[in-house]
Amino acid sequence: MEYYLQLIINGLVVGSIYSLVALGFVIIFKATKVVNFAQGELVMVGAYVCFSLTVQYQLPFLVSFLLTLVFSIALAILVERLILRPLIGEPIISVIMVTIGLSSMLKSFVQMTWGTQIQVFPPILPQEPYMLLGLPIAPVYVAAFGLSLLLFGVFTLFFKYSSLGIAMRATAFDQQAAQSMGIGIKSIFALSWCIAAVVSSIGGIILGNINGINAQLGHLGLKVFPAVILGGLDSLLGAALGGLIIGVLENICEGAAKDLFGLGGFKEVASFVILVVILMIRPYGLFGTKEIERV
Amino acid sequence: MSMHKCGLFYTTYARENGLFPSKFQKTCLALFFVVLLVCPQFLDSYVMSILNLILIAVIGAVSLNLLTGVCGQMSLGHGAFVGVGAYGAAVLSNLGVPFFLALLGGGAVAALIGMVFGIPSLRLKGIYLAISTLAAQLILEYVFLHAGSLTGGANGLPVDAPEIMGYSFDTDSKIFYLILLVTVLCVLVVTNVIRTRPGRAFVAIRDYHQSAENVGVNLFAFKLQAFGLSSFLAGIAGGLWAHYTMYITPEQFSMGLSISYLAMIIIGGMGSVLGSIFGAIFITLLPEMLNLLTTSLGGIAPDLSAIIVPMKEGVFGLMLVLFLIFEPEGLARKWRLTKAYWKLFPFAY
Repeated sequence: MEYYLQLIINGLVVGSIYSLVALGFVIIFKATKVVNFAQGELVMVGAYVCFSLTVQYQLPFLVSFLLTLVFSIALAILVERLILRPLIGEPIISVIMVTIGLSSMLKSFVQMTWGTQIQVFPPILPQEPYMLLGLPIAPVYVAAFGLSLLLFGVFTLFFKYSSLGIAMRATAFDQQAAQSMGIGIKSIFALSWCIAAVVSSIGGIILGNINGINAQLGHLGLKVFPAVILGGLDSLLGAALGGLIIGVLENICEGAAKDLFGLGGFKEVASFVILVVILMIRPYGLFGTKEIERV
Repeated sequence: MSMHKCGLFYTTYARENGLFPSKFQKTCLALFFVVLLVCPQFLDSYVMSILNLILIAVIGAVSLNLLTGVCGQMSLGHGAFVGVGAYGAAVLSNLGVPFFLALLGGGAVAALIGMVFGIPSLRLKGIYLAISTLAAQLILEYVFLHAGSLTGGANGLPVDAPEIMGYSFDTDSKIFYLILLVTVLCVLVVTNVIRTRPGRAFVAIRDYHQSAENVGVNLFAFKLQAFGLSSFLAGIAGGLWAHYTMYITPEQFSMGLSISYLAMIIIGGMGSVLGSIFGAIFITLLPEMLNLLTTSLGGIAPDLSAIIVPMKEGVFGLMLVLFLIFEPEGLARKWRLTKAYWKLFPFAY
């Protein structure tokens, strides 16, 4: 029983990172209808830049954290302007493929600059574990969970009350109507990429503190798909809950598969099996908009 | 110079639909095949191995183009279907089944699996279908890795070189003829499917699924046929690949393979058979050209070889992005424009 409790808590921590990355994905999808396969690579680039500034250039962590966010914003604006904007209105496969091309480019950039070895972040938080229900939990996990929660709060308020947030929701709802109300669609597109990149690189930095970083970090981007499909492709709340649920479910499936069938590594596919099931019975997810087609 | 008639003089639809409308084209194609048939006598085994890989990639790309370019069903799992065919053919071949039967068997298994994963396509389109085929890719990869008794797991599975009537195709130049034969057959199958009834139904589904259904195209049946046929041919490609490399591991059929097939049809030209062939050649040659470049630059910048692997991936991504932005219709369109230019040469205006 304790084993499963530990699995659930691990799942919640990993899930909160999935949620962060999924949040970035959903923001881009909502505003621009772009399915971003390079989300995981944005996470990876953020983690590596922060690592490089802290370890190789010996900057204080807070400074390098802020500089990383600035870098992410610059990268996002560049990507949106140069790569995504020329493809507005192109068929979906072209848009998907261009983000896949982008992910290859980012991956190769990281590998050429930092190599493929695992790099370890210097410990920023105290190492002494907290005790919760008799289980030891590292402070970095608590920080990860707390930070994810905080970001969700911030973005929920942002979309609900700030005029920029409302403009973004309007763009997502109907681009033409939004434009005729005087909203600059192009800057909204750029803004959504910026937010997504910032959120992803925060996720990357947290993840780097937990596991260290290597060039395979980009695979995380694929895990976003079960989370967003479960939550609904265009729902922020869905992304948050979807990420957490997928994180917990895949850890429990891993434990169960090991206990019952002696199968190792089931974690990697468990979430995709869940994904197929969701797509079969409820493709618009828990909170997504149901698309209705009429002739 | 001009071997074409200036204008269209078809008197029947059958003639217009012909594969090679003019004598000039037929002659060119015949010459091309003569060159292909003779070239193993003059080329070394390195060049022959690249030619073999190109031919196998052509089958994969053409089959994916049938599904994605012609029928409009995006698949991110094509690499895994190739893998199913490879493992199917390898297992059958190791059981002592003759080569061609093993190849067909591998294709049949791939077709079955492809159709199973194609079933969601009735309800899902666009992004949802892309994600469900992505799930198929990852689930199949897991099966390759963990069904150890059947696939050899991470250790891989050895396969013998193909043998027909006691004649073993054990060198690059010998197996080239075999692969060429199968590739030509596969390309002919796809070309003929596209210009007959199912092919036109596929195009109708791609262009607008609702109007296709309104004119009486059974969406589910035809989508499933597209998945089945495309996976069957992918399985054939996999079977050939297994027998050619004589050793298969799960890493060969990873997500990267699916992406490179998609890149082939995008760089070549969606919905065009000729385009898939160009794309397969381009994507297979790209890393080889980079190898050549780094070895020739080795004297000037020796540390280039350390970053060659990530550089290959970066250049691949860059090519994909550049083609999508500047030439979304791919090399097939470039080829049409070039042909049109030479048709009127030297009186271009």
